[in-house]
Amino acid sequence: MYAVRLWSVRHAKGLNAFYRAFEKALIALHPLWNKIGYEKLEKPFGGVERVTKGFLFDCQMCGQCALSSTGMSCPMNCPKNLRNGPCGGVRDNGHCEVKPEMKCVWVQAWAGADRMGLKAEEGHKILDVQRAVDHRLKGKSSWLRVVRIAAGLEDQAGNKPKPPAAKPGATKDLAAVSATVQAKKEGQAA
Amino acid sequence: MNDGHGHFDPSAPLPLLPGHSSGGRLERVLRLGRFAVTAELNPPDSSDPRDVYERALVLSEVCDAINATDASGANCHMSSVGICSLLTRAGYAVIMQISCRDRNRIAIQGDVLGAAAMGVQNILCLTGDGVQAGDQPAAKPVFDFDSTSLLECIRTMRDKGHFLSGRKLTTPPRVFLGAAANPFAPPYEYRAVHIAKKIAAGAQFIQTQYCFDVPLLRKFMDKVREQGLHEKAFFLIGVGPLPSAKTARWMKNNVPGVHIPEAIIERMEKAKDQRAEGKQLAIDLIQEIKEIEGVSGVHVMAYRQEEFVNEIIQASGVMRNRQQRRAVEPAATT
Repeated sequence: MYAVRLWSVRHAKGLNAFYRAFEKALIALHPLWNKIGYEKLEKPFGGVERVTKGFLFDCQMCGQCALSSTGMSCPMNCPKNLRNGPCGGVRDNGHCEVKPEMKCVWVQAWAGADRMGLKAEEGHKILDVQRAVDHRLKGKSSWLRVVRIAAGLEDQAGNKPKPPAAKPGATKDLAAVSATVQAKKEGQAA
Repeated sequence: MNDGHGHFDPSAPLPLLPGHSSGGRLERVLRLGRFAVTAELNPPDSSDPRDVYERALVLSEVCDAINATDASGANCHMSSVGICSLLTRAGYAVIMQISCRDRNRIAIQGDVLGAAAMGVQNILCLTGDGVQAGDQPAAKPVFDFDSTSLLECIRTMRDKGHFLSGRKLTTPPRVFLGAAANPFAPPYEYRAVHIAKKIAAGAQFIQTQYCFDVPLLRKFMDKVREQGLHEKAFFLIGVGPLPSAKTARWMKNNVPGVHIPEAIIERMEKAKDQRAEGKQLAIDLIQEIKEIEGVSGVHVMAYRQEEFVNEIIQASGVMRNRQQRRAVEPAATT
């Protein structure tokens, strides 16, 4: 809802602090999630995320949440899906070029980042260059992805880490490599 | 330049100088510290190459590179790739504009390689106006990239030699990368910070939206200098002649991102000959803008008034130290 979305930007600082604590707890619970299985959790987590973030931010479930980097103003609500800053078409009153009745998502984002403290580490994240959206993640839980990345199960691009490559010149100890792979598999299955 | 068989190839790149990204003229002029002039070519609604060459001819005498627009204002015209193909083979220096509105990452990365192969040395990365602004409002907006992630992608292709996917390029595109800035739209206080982000993503030169408000530009350039951005990228400020007070008012209300102060419109209204006044206004603006510290050049956008560009540049005196070029009609290409 538009009014709630604007409220969320006004309370960017508190919401961000809450999310930080929530994320910490999620990451700490990685062994539990791993035990249940991330695949199984996808649906319930995605559902909760869709409802709560949908209510607070008009979340579009891009699956790679950038709210902490965008002053709690969801960039996927920008009609051009801009994730790095406003376009040149912002109207004099700070409203959107495409939807004149809506405040520019990025004017809001900078206001939110300001509240989060542009000087502070969190505010600075608005300066990070965001790469193009991975459309495969649409509809998936961004929270679980954050935990998987923190736990080293995948990287930012969604790739599973490869077993450490043998040093050039050294003989490849196939037995050792397969043993680590096996151990990892068992670790995931456990 | 010479292919070894005695044929002159006007589109062949200049030798790459140390520290340069491209073999293009624009980068050389800017790195030499000369005041650069770029100009926008109005793309024809036609399939006749002569329409492109006629417009390029009048611009080429006074500019270092010609911008080939990519359906700007979301209006259909001849494509920027098509225009660049015609212009590079006739030896013109071009800035190919790429908008994120119409093509996805697969199409754009392919176009970048094709453009570099044709001899395009400069690419301007744009987000693009929304489809609602143009003549095809029913079109599907793509926006797979935004201007910043597009910059980062092309820089990766050039400097790291691979596609976004990681697949290797055998010959990376040697291009000089540009981005757009609009200091005249909110959030004003963050526009310079936003440009810092584009520079971090790979922008080496910046072309701005039409400037009709010099005080606002000064504020923007103050912030640019505060952050030392003018030492990391070259700033070319957008200028153009207004044809009439009526058009000025229409542009202000209908063209996304164009900001024209009321005082400027009043100055146009009071003039006896509004076209001449628009031209004089552009000259005055260039003279004022060129004195601002950190400005490296101007970008002239004269919609349907190309014939004025030469006069405006000559009268503003920015090319005074340069040897006057004389354009020659390309013979074999039309």
